Amino acid sequence: MKKLSARRRHPLAALVVLLFALAVTGGLYAAFSPSEAKADDSSAQSLAIEEGKKLYAVGCASCHGTGGQGTSDGPSLVGVGSAAVDFQVGTGRMPAQQPGAQVPKKRNIYSDAEIEQLAAYIASLGAGPVTPTKSQYSPDGADIAKGGELFRTNCAQCHNFAGKGGALTNGKYAPGLNGVSPKHLYEAMQTGPQNMPSFPDTVMPEKNKQDIIAYLDTVNSDKSKTPGGLELGGLGPVSEGLFGWIFGMGAMIVLTIWVAARTAKAKKS
Amino acid sequence: MSTTSDSAAQRRGKAPAGERVADWADGRLGIYSLAKANMRKIFPDHWSFMLGEVCLYSFIIIILTGVYLTLFFHPSMGEVTYEGPYVPMQGVRMSEAFQSTLDISFEVRGGLLMRQIHHWAALVFLAGMFTHMMRVFFTGAFRKPREINWLFGFLLFFLGMMTGFTGYSLPDDLLSGTGLRFIEGVFLSIPVVGTYISMFVFGGEFPGTDLIARLYPVHVLLLPGIMLGLLVAHLILVFYHKHTQYPGAGKTEKNVVGMPLLPVYMAKAGGFFFLVFGVIAALSAIATINPIWTIGPYRPDQVSTGAQPDWYMGFAEGLVRVMPGWEITAWGHTLVLGVFIPIVLFPMVLFAIGLYPFIESWITGDKREHHILDRPRNAPTRTAFGVAWITAYFVMLVGGGNDLWATHFHLSINSITWFVRIAFFAGPVLAFIATKRICLGLQRRDKDKVLHGRETGIIKRLPHGEFIEVHEPLAQEQLHMLTQHDQPEPYEIGPEVDENGVKQKIKPSQRLRSKLSKGYYGGDNVIPKPTREEYREITSGHGHH
Amino acid sequence: MSSHEISEAEDKLPEERGAASVVRPADDPFADPGLPPHEHRKQDIDERAARRSERTVALLFTVSMLATIAFIAAYVALPVDKYIYVFPIGHISALNFALGVTLGIALFTIGAGAVHWARTLMSDVEIADERHPIEASPEVKSKVLEEFRTGAKESGFGRRKLARNTLFGALALVPLAGVVLLRDLGPLPGTKLRHTKWAKGKRLMNYNTMQPLRPEDIAVGSLTFAMPEGMSEEQHDFQTEIAKAALMLVRLQPENIKDKRELDWSHEGIVAFSKICTHVGCPINLYEQQTHHVLCPCHQSTFDLSDGGRVIFGPAGHALPQLRIRANDQGYLEAMGDFSEPVGPAYWERG
Repeated sequence: MKKLSARRRHPLAALVVLLFALAVTGGLYAAFSPSEAKADDSSAQSLAIEEGKKLYAVGCASCHGTGGQGTSDGPSLVGVGSAAVDFQVGTGRMPAQQPGAQVPKKRNIYSDAEIEQLAAYIASLGAGPVTPTKSQYSPDGADIAKGGELFRTNCAQCHNFAGKGGALTNGKYAPGLNGVSPKHLYEAMQTGPQNMPSFPDTVMPEKNKQDIIAYLDTVNSDKSKTPGGLELGGLGPVSEGLFGWIFGMGAMIVLTIWVAARTAKAKKS
Repeated sequence: MSTTSDSAAQRRGKAPAGERVADWADGRLGIYSLAKANMRKIFPDHWSFMLGEVCLYSFIIIILTGVYLTLFFHPSMGEVTYEGPYVPMQGVRMSEAFQSTLDISFEVRGGLLMRQIHHWAALVFLAGMFTHMMRVFFTGAFRKPREINWLFGFLLFFLGMMTGFTGYSLPDDLLSGTGLRFIEGVFLSIPVVGTYISMFVFGGEFPGTDLIARLYPVHVLLLPGIMLGLLVAHLILVFYHKHTQYPGAGKTEKNVVGMPLLPVYMAKAGGFFFLVFGVIAALSAIATINPIWTIGPYRPDQVSTGAQPDWYMGFAEGLVRVMPGWEITAWGHTLVLGVFIPIVLFPMVLFAIGLYPFIESWITGDKREHHILDRPRNAPTRTAFGVAWITAYFVMLVGGGNDLWATHFHLSINSITWFVRIAFFAGPVLAFIATKRICLGLQRRDKDKVLHGRETGIIKRLPHGEFIEVHEPLAQEQLHMLTQHDQPEPYEIGPEVDENGVKQKIKPSQRLRSKLSKGYYGGDNVIPKPTREEYREITSGHGHH
Repeated sequence: MSSHEISEAEDKLPEERGAASVVRPADDPFADPGLPPHEHRKQDIDERAARRSERTVALLFTVSMLATIAFIAAYVALPVDKYIYVFPIGHISALNFALGVTLGIALFTIGAGAVHWARTLMSDVEIADERHPIEASPEVKSKVLEEFRTGAKESGFGRRKLARNTLFGALALVPLAGVVLLRDLGPLPGTKLRHTKWAKGKRLMNYNTMQPLRPEDIAVGSLTFAMPEGMSEEQHDFQTEIAKAALMLVRLQPENIKDKRELDWSHEGIVAFSKICTHVGCPINLYEQQTHHVLCPCHQSTFDLSDGGRVIFGPAGHALPQLRIRANDQGYLEAMGDFSEPVGPAYWERG
């Protein structure tokens, strides 16, 4: 304690206090904000334990009803088709963990075979969009530039010009599209998961969807080219302004301090 | 005079070349007299005095790179089909302006670098002006005789915003077109003449085919020309007034202490230009700015989420975003308050700080020249006002980016909007009160330090068991620094009834001034600084404490 | 150094200001001690240290020269379309990166060298310079005023009132010539903002395919954009027309439509709304198919498409205009007229 009080006048004391305050603030935020990560593990565990039971009865029936007719907690699955199941379960959105503005993407807990079984069961309840085949969603040979135009017309308003995602009302959001597989992109357009509108083949033919997938593959994947350097999140002027202030203006202030500082004096002998 | 000219005549032909050139120039321009006054001009050294230079240099960088860009940019809205090397745009219809921007980015070697330097330098320019303005504000450097120079600086900031916005609009990409669409809405919201202004500016209905060609001379000639003039005037006044300085030993209202222009300041300032340019060039090498090739060409029926202007307009964007949608329709006319109020509020908030020096000098009635800067704590009301203003500004920046706050902090966009609506009014008030308390607390601490010395953190136990902390008396420089500031009396109206019993006429403005003046210098708003008597009493006596 | 003469007591309290006596520290505990004595830097007293500094400065300038040469080499050697992967920046243009880094180094080292030179080798003795009041002395002021009065009198500006007033008149009028010239900047508004390309019988063309839309193409929960038949990107006025005519189509269950007029103007639950926000005209189409809300990405105005396009949040001042549609004999969707009210932002004459 004595040491502490002796150091409280130290030039770095303010910094220590600041770091402490930041840690407390962060801790409070963590305590009050919904912790998804924790729930993730426990539910994943609990689900793993119950494996072996009938997949639907275990994973889905509590919200969507025993026959997929829907309840107050989940919509009817009659007629949503196998594509919707493949998307929702394949991206880990379903089964949902908790009610909220939107069901987030998370780790998928079903094997491909299980998803297929689920999808077949749901498809048997009523006709709907069918899980696409590779030839349908493959971007090979598609028109990238046309895809860009289609993307800016149909998608960019929610997902941003580079597919980085954006906000919707009351805590809902359009997710970022990097890392989403072509198959899931295709299914999302076809089925319109959650609040996303669908873009059925009648208004956006298969070819259009392939163009869009090809465009995303070009501008929003790990191998996308960003000629100018860091992409800064691809979010536009806000992140650029932040970067400009922190690294541009920050560097300028560091330089002014160096230029104006006194040169070290020789020690008095 | 005759002797000097004689000696010059004697040396003619023998003087070194540089001197001969200088002689030639002096005979025509009088450079020696100019140099006599300025060559060894003293500039005080302090990091915060170099913030203005950041702006000056980034402005020069913007002009240099801007001139380069004009060589390749086509300010035309004529529609073309892209056939250049950038695959995701091949076959897309776009304006010539957009196409030439793509060409600069993908075909002109170094063109992308110049574009990025131009844009990064613009962001740093505005950030630098903001920071510089805040330094001047909080240290009271705008006081007499520098009020006009403050106004010049403020206008430079304002015009910088406008120039930035017009430049942002030129490439005719999806984001900048969205910004222009917003401008159309702003024009339309102006009562009575709105539609006329919109038609005249756009040359017809939005977007028309004229706008880029019209914005171009405004961006490259008109606004930068005015700014250059203001900038030169700003610098001349800095030279003429001589720089302010922070209080300290040996520094008075009648002198300026620092290093001479030649050589130290010239080397430092000249070198600093290269440092600024170097940093911005490096920034442009590693970070993309305004990647119009992914944003795409403008079409009025397309949009991207996260549609924001550059940071310096973010504050206006915030005002527009959080304003409730008020609209009054009566007698066949519509008053679009939901748009009109924010765009009127936007310059008003800016001018509140722009005109502040005149307001302060009116309230305080201070007619003296000030060359020693205030420590912000010693002007609590001004400091609190400044912090309140910044609070309002940053609350609106949050409002302008509410969608990104929502996605990145997992919040609801509607709650953020409501938060900003409330915080725009409550935040500045809280910030004002808190800042003032902090300033007064610091004043109290200064007083304690002067009277009782510095707390050393060493605890001593006295023979009778009492613990005390050892205080160390301050050095003379610090005693001086902590007591040198003025503490003027508030402005008094004087008695309402004079000695003859005649009632004096007191204008409402006088009452207001007296009230405000009390807010600056009145009893609760100032901690009386220690007097010599107090100091002597404490130090000469027992040395207790 | 003149610095020691200037311990003029600036610390004086306001009431003492102006008294020009120098207060000695003995009398005044808060007196200004004057500029501190100059302390030498290492380079001032140690020539070896100074030479080290010089070598550092020279090294920095040499690096700059090398960087400039590298800049030119990169400009010549690197093709403009070459991409490289630089961790952690990404797949970036080799030329932009090379040019930027070399230019940055070339410039920065010049600056760093100059500043290092100034900081370590040039004199760092602080000098005090005197200030002089900005205001002119009373003598100068009275002389100037006198001269001005003489000049003003000689001009007869105050006496020759007729000449003066007509001069004011002429100067006030002549700028009008410039104002008049601005008239042809654009056409008068007229009723232009009230009309769009939509008209009775125009079919709704799908943006994506440019094919006419049929009711059965549009599923519940889907979002479709349409433009009037006969428009194409190649037309000269396409941008101006699409800025007003852009349309979005969604299909609701008819029982979910709360507004009676909206139901009347729909076709089998298909409703067509203007895509142009009524706030400041951004294309508004962030459609949430479960809530039937549509959000504007620019300023977050939110409209309820199941309730007549009513504003439910944000800065927009009135509902989204709806286009009345039906299916024609061939089974295609068509407009039953233009929008009944102006689309886009409100304006004074809108009413």
